[in-house]
Amino acid sequence: MPSLYAVKTLPSQEYFASGHRACPGCGEALAVRQVQKILGRNVIVASATGCMEIVSSPFPLSSWEVPWIHVAFENAAAVAAGIEKGLEILQRKGKIKKQKITVLAMAGDGGTADIGLQALSGALERRHNILFICYDNEAYMNTGVQRSSSTPFGASTTTSPAGTHQAGQLTPKKNMPAIAVAHGIPYVATASASYPLDLAAKVRKAAATRGPAYLHILSVCPSGWGIPGDATIKLGRLAVQSGVFPLYEVQNGKYKITVPVQELLPVQAYFQPQRRFRHLHPETIEQISQDIREKWQELKKRSDKTN
Amino acid sequence: MKKRTGMEVSFAAAEAVKQCKVDLIAAYPITPQTHIVERLAEHVANGELDAQFIPVESEHSALSLCIGSQAAGARSFTCTSSQGLALMSELLYITSGLRLPLVMILVNRSLSAPLSIWNDHSDVMSVRDCGWIQLFVRNGQELYDHVFIAYKLAENPAVNMPVIINVDGFILSHVFEPLETISSHEAERYLPPYAPKFVLHPDDPVTIGAFTMPSFFTEAKKIHDESLKASYGPILQAFQSWEHISGRSYHPVEKQYTQDAETLFIIMGSLAETAGEAVKIMREQGVKTGLLTLRVWRPFPFAELRRAITGVQKLIIIDRALSPGGPGGPLAAEIRAALYNMENRPQILNYIAGLGGRDITIADYIRMHNTTSVQETGYEIYDQKGAEANA
Repeated sequence: MPSLYAVKTLPSQEYFASGHRACPGCGEALAVRQVQKILGRNVIVASATGCMEIVSSPFPLSSWEVPWIHVAFENAAAVAAGIEKGLEILQRKGKIKKQKITVLAMAGDGGTADIGLQALSGALERRHNILFICYDNEAYMNTGVQRSSSTPFGASTTTSPAGTHQAGQLTPKKNMPAIAVAHGIPYVATASASYPLDLAAKVRKAAATRGPAYLHILSVCPSGWGIPGDATIKLGRLAVQSGVFPLYEVQNGKYKITVPVQELLPVQAYFQPQRRFRHLHPETIEQISQDIREKWQELKKRSDKTN
Repeated sequence: MKKRTGMEVSFAAAEAVKQCKVDLIAAYPITPQTHIVERLAEHVANGELDAQFIPVESEHSALSLCIGSQAAGARSFTCTSSQGLALMSELLYITSGLRLPLVMILVNRSLSAPLSIWNDHSDVMSVRDCGWIQLFVRNGQELYDHVFIAYKLAENPAVNMPVIINVDGFILSHVFEPLETISSHEAERYLPPYAPKFVLHPDDPVTIGAFTMPSFFTEAKKIHDESLKASYGPILQAFQSWEHISGRSYHPVEKQYTQDAETLFIIMGSLAETAGEAVKIMREQGVKTGLLTLRVWRPFPFAELRRAITGVQKLIIIDRALSPGGPGGPLAAEIRAALYNMENRPQILNYIAGLGGRDITIADYIRMHNTTSVQETGYEIYDQKGAEANA
């Protein structure tokens, strides 16, 4: 167990200024703040359209203390790739001074797993030296909680409603980290703002990686998930402790669970506080629970094998 | 003595891009744009051009990469056609809204469906309002020249706007033409290094691409419109200084045989070459006809156009794109609007011609000229299949 005071070792400097317009208790804004603390000053951010873009950049205001650009919804990876290649050649030609600048692309689950998947795949395949972070709040929250391919099975959203004939999202959550791993890139990890030290370590590793790195951060969304704003951290922990969102990293293809869980909590502990799962029948929850346990065992096997 | 060689027009374009010393090229293959991009890839691979060549996974990403690199301060280039432009279209508006001075060559090709790889202007007309400076060229020499002119213009701090250079696919892009090139010294003299005012860099953090509430959006659009209109002066300057370097002079509206003309053809792009031949033949027969070619489509050259048609009785406007169910072709519609407030407006005939690569021969121009029928709908889709040369 890390020391109770270990969190004090995180940088005190802020690069994502407070006063932005995120909802109270927004897990995504918190994760962005933590990420930017670690990345520090020498970074350029390319943001997809989405919650974080809207809450942080209402002209003439900006929450960004570091250079930041927003272009469109589906192309954060491509814009970041252009920045990275632009900086590289300007430095090589001596037009700007040589220094390490992290190029970060950030997007929500829609901008990553749905509309942004092609641009992301292209950037990973071409081995751009960028860090891509998916802030996954498991639906299109900015437009009013519509389902995405990252919405978990069973969750009720405005376009996968819990009706009398069907009960929420009908398809399993797309496994984005596995898709990133399949590109053979050097570093892939999952993280959560509820585990800031684990998140910090992964951001550091990802930024130090030569070549593309992919971080998938579960971002608890009080407004979209139907929980009180003060339950964000707790829900993030429950997601990990129940095995719904395991924290692991894949370095050069080697899996490692970074936050081990001795005994998974029942998934109901995670579902129960959330409005989006309230309609689920006990049989459905049992089915989901089984699936989670199977996937957890699979992940453990992979992690054990390589460690 | 200028160096004069024979060269495929696409290669001439690539040569100019190379001489402009771009830092980054991002492109996705689409017919008939490919030869330009392939040639640039060779230049980079052979070390003749020190640039990043990024073969991306879509046109959408091609333009996105260029936006990123240009925002980081790198002179960037992309090139596309038809469906590729359609896929890019949302980003075209964003590029100009962000005031990033990119240059793109658009090798004009029809939009599907039906699929056609051949040439017309339906691609560029689909993004008419994207807010870029939009130029049209008639031949390979002009394409070579306009690459330099476009960068000069785009990067002019008083302009700071992206530029599209339109070149007709295949009928121009894939033909061999004589080409006069400039020396690298002359290229450097004409085009200084790119020195943007704002770039993405940790030393001076800026926020680019913020969103606006209704209280600012109109102002942003108004500034855009005013800036694009105000680029007219710098366009003339860029043409002028190019003339000093190359000896070739260009104008937003090119005039041929316009002196005492009663009828004028108006056209854009490479068809002006054939139309010019037709007009020459008619002149030799004593027919008082002439030709206007619009080189600058945006900003629209209102004043120069009005001056050029003063005293003319009839305009024959040839559009290479159609607005289905609308007023005909975009060129004619805009010219009609531009002339509406004039006291002595000429009669206007609008032909939608040369769609999807259909040839328009000299005989076709003569036939169009000799027609006296009134177009009830305001336009006619010219569907003759290559009129006989001696008709």
